[in-house]
Amino acid sequence: MSYDDDRAMTESQTETPTPSSRVSGIGRLLIAVYGVLALAATGRSFVQIASEFDDAPLAYSLSALAAVVYIVATLALIKRNTLWYRIAWATIGFELLGVLVVGTLSLVDPALFQHKTVWSVYGQGYGFVPLVLPLLGMWWLMRHPVARAALVSRA
Amino acid sequence: MIEWFTWLQLAIAVPGGVLCLILGLLGRKPTDLTMGAPALVELLLIVQLAAAIAAPWAGNDATGSLLEFYTYLVSAIALPVAAGFWALVERNRWSTVILGVTCLSVAVMLYRMNQIWNVQGR
Repeated sequence: MSYDDDRAMTESQTETPTPSSRVSGIGRLLIAVYGVLALAATGRSFVQIASEFDDAPLAYSLSALAAVVYIVATLALIKRNTLWYRIAWATIGFELLGVLVVGTLSLVDPALFQHKTVWSVYGQGYGFVPLVLPLLGMWWLMRHPVARAALVSRA
Repeated sequence: MIEWFTWLQLAIAVPGGVLCLILGLLGRKPTDLTMGAPALVELLLIVQLAAAIAAPWAGNDATGSLLEFYTYLVSAIALPVAAGFWALVERNRWSTVILGVTCLSVAVMLYRMNQIWNVQGR
C-alpha cells in the first residue's frame, strides 16, 4: 500500500472519530487470541465427537461446552453494552472455574479424565493459554468497564 | 503431507510470526512485509492441502486420524485470511501483533499435523 493511500485512510479516520470502545488497543489482541482458542477448542471437540464420542461422553461433552463458552466469550469481548459486559464476565469466570476444577481433578484423579479436554492439566495441551487467558480477560474487563456516560448518551 | 515441506513451512511461519510480533510491539502498522509473512504462510498451506489430497495416491498415507488432520488444516487455512482481513480493516500496531500470533498459531497447528500424519501409529 502506498504512502498516499495510507495517509488518505488516516485522514478519513480522523474525520469521523469513533467513540472509544472496549475493543481498542491491546483488547484487540485479547479478542484475537480468544478467537484462536475458540477455534482450537471447537476443532478438537468436533473431531472427538465425530470420531469417538462413545469412548468418553463426559469428557467430550465438556470439550464441546468449553468450545461454545469460548465462542460466546469472544463475541462478548467484541460487543459493547452492559448485557454483553455481564456475559463476558460470566463466560470468562466459567472458563477460569473450568480450567481450575478440571485441571485439579485431572491431576488428583487421572482416571476421571483419561481423554484429553482443553482444560486437562490446566490447559497443558494448549501451552497453558486456557489458564492465563481468563485472568488476562478479567484484568481487561476490570480496567475497561462499560462507561455509564456512553450508555446515557446512547439512550 | 510431505514432511520436508512441512519443515519449510515452519521455517517461514516461526520467524515470520516472531518478526510480526516484534514489529507490532514496536508500534509498526501492518506493512507489505508483515502482511507478506502470513500471505506466504497461507500460500504454502494451500500447497500443503493439495499435497495432502494427492499424497495417498503416491503411497504416502497418514498414520493418524485424517479427520483430525483436515480439521487442523482447514482451521489453519482460515486463520491468515481472518488476520489479514483484520489488518486491512484496522491498521494499527495490534493488527501487526495479531498477524504474528496467527503465524505462530499456524506453526503449532502444522507441528500437530505433522505428528498426526507422520508420527502417530508408528
